[in-house]
Amino acid sequence: MLSEGGSFMKGVILGGVFCLVLSLLSSYSPTTESRTEDHHHHHVKAASKDELKQFSDIQLKELNDQVQVYCVIMVEPKNLVYWATAVDTWSKHCDKPVFYTSESSKAFEAVDLNEKDNWARLRKALKHAYENAGDLRWFFVAQPHTFAIIENLKYLVLTKDPNEPFYLGKAVKSGELAYVAYDGGIVLSYEALTRLVKVFQDEDKCPASGRALWKLSDDKQLAVCLKYTGVFAENGEDARGKSLFNSKSVDSLIKESMDNNPNDVVEGCCSDLAVTFAGMTPNQMQVLMFGVYRLRPYGHDSHDFLTFYPPVGSDND
Amino acid sequence: MTGPKNLQTRTKHIRETWAKRCGKVLYMSSVKTDFPTVELNVSEGRENLYWKTIRALQYIHKHHIDEANWFLKADDDTYVVMENLNYILSKYDPEEPLYLGRRFAPFISQGYMSGGAGYVLSKEALKRFVKGFSTGECTHFSSIEDMALGKCMETMKVRPADSRDMKGSQTFHPYPPDHYIVRKPPRPRQWYLLYDYYKPSEGPNCCSDFVVSFHYIYAVQMHVLEYLTYHLRPYGYKYRFKPDEELEMNKTTPR
Repeated sequence: MLSEGGSFMKGVILGGVFCLVLSLLSSYSPTTESRTEDHHHHHVKAASKDELKQFSDIQLKELNDQVQVYCVIMVEPKNLVYWATAVDTWSKHCDKPVFYTSESSKAFEAVDLNEKDNWARLRKALKHAYENAGDLRWFFVAQPHTFAIIENLKYLVLTKDPNEPFYLGKAVKSGELAYVAYDGGIVLSYEALTRLVKVFQDEDKCPASGRALWKLSDDKQLAVCLKYTGVFAENGEDARGKSLFNSKSVDSLIKESMDNNPNDVVEGCCSDLAVTFAGMTPNQMQVLMFGVYRLRPYGHDSHDFLTFYPPVGSDND
Repeated sequence: MTGPKNLQTRTKHIRETWAKRCGKVLYMSSVKTDFPTVELNVSEGRENLYWKTIRALQYIHKHHIDEANWFLKADDDTYVVMENLNYILSKYDPEEPLYLGRRFAPFISQGYMSGGAGYVLSKEALKRFVKGFSTGECTHFSSIEDMALGKCMETMKVRPADSRDMKGSQTFHPYPPDHYIVRKPPRPRQWYLLYDYYKPSEGPNCCSDFVVSFHYIYAVQMHVLEYLTYHLRPYGYKYRFKPDEELEMNKTTPR
């Protein structure tokens, strides 16, 4: 009994020392969001002005140039107008926009996954993106009716290390499961995608076809698979804690704010640096493109710490 | 320009959004209220719109002429970006007899400005308008406010100035953004563009980055435009259209 107690105590002390050493080591990484344990806080915030001021111009430029996004855009020929709108609007701001379709269309270029099942399509698309990532380390998954502002996505992940597992977006809870809502857009770091592609091969943890009687929605299924690899959904927020990913349209959110915050409609609504909106008509998306990339009051200067240039050969931004 | 029926459903949202950026704002109505509204000696209704406008301009001339250089008339369903209006006006002299807005071609030989899109009178233009009514050179010959006012402007030798930006894009708009911005294949001029004095374009280059106004904007859309203009932005984005190139080059990069 005594010897067991002795080994137990040795174990406790050794474990305690080990944890202490690890936590001391983690404080020596000022530029990166450290360690999987932190992700149990369930939200990821963009860097504040004060945090960004800590970087030199050269460091900022490096971060600016390194943050590149591969956009996985799921489309279908039956939603051709949405497909066309995504091609013509926000996707031009992705470093690599790739369209993944259920069946090919003569109208637009896309990777034809030749899959009718949505979950199977999502898996194939993510695997394809992983294999074709090149130097890109951030992945953004969108549906046909999502509108994204990629510059704001880059701002959110600027100081985050893509070799850490990040799975971000509009985080929703369903019972015990926290998942990222599909229509608000899903962000995956390279490490998260690496783990995901690996667990795709595990038929028990992450079946290729949802179990017939208990079919989860794709976004929940994704969360389940990722959870097995130790990756958890986190809510993407601005420096002040406002959600950046929205699964509703601008009009809906403003209308809600008029009901809930009648004296402060715009402040009570959405972040200035929102990344996504959803459920907008193609015409509304074109208007939003103008509203985001063109419309502004003369003389207002933001003094941002990063620089993003308009894409070549585009006329609506 | 508003009325008792619209104060809570429309004008309230103007008061909460763009009106805050006016040097001075007056809400013109037929009834005095704590909104606050100014009571003009008119009745409500579309037939009385020009009377209301005449009375409003006379009131301003009598009580507020020295408080501003430019006088903007807008409706309770117009959204205005004041900074952009100031920018367009900065090239003009308010002592000159000028007026600006969305220029329409028909009926008046020098054209006239769309009422719904909002129009601006220089101090001199306002003086001449009021003078015209006191001498009888201008009369209420029609209830079509914008066209009739345009006639008075012509009579009193007030010149219509070009409100387009330096790329020739329109700044004042008599309809909401979706009427202009959505891409369309080349087609005959649409009915809502038929009156335009300067040849309009459809699609992304319809409208200046520095939009001054949109019309037929109600409640939710007021706040949506407020959010899109003053809040939502792409972080770090270098806009394509930089009106003050030299100023940009001389500025040091701020931190």
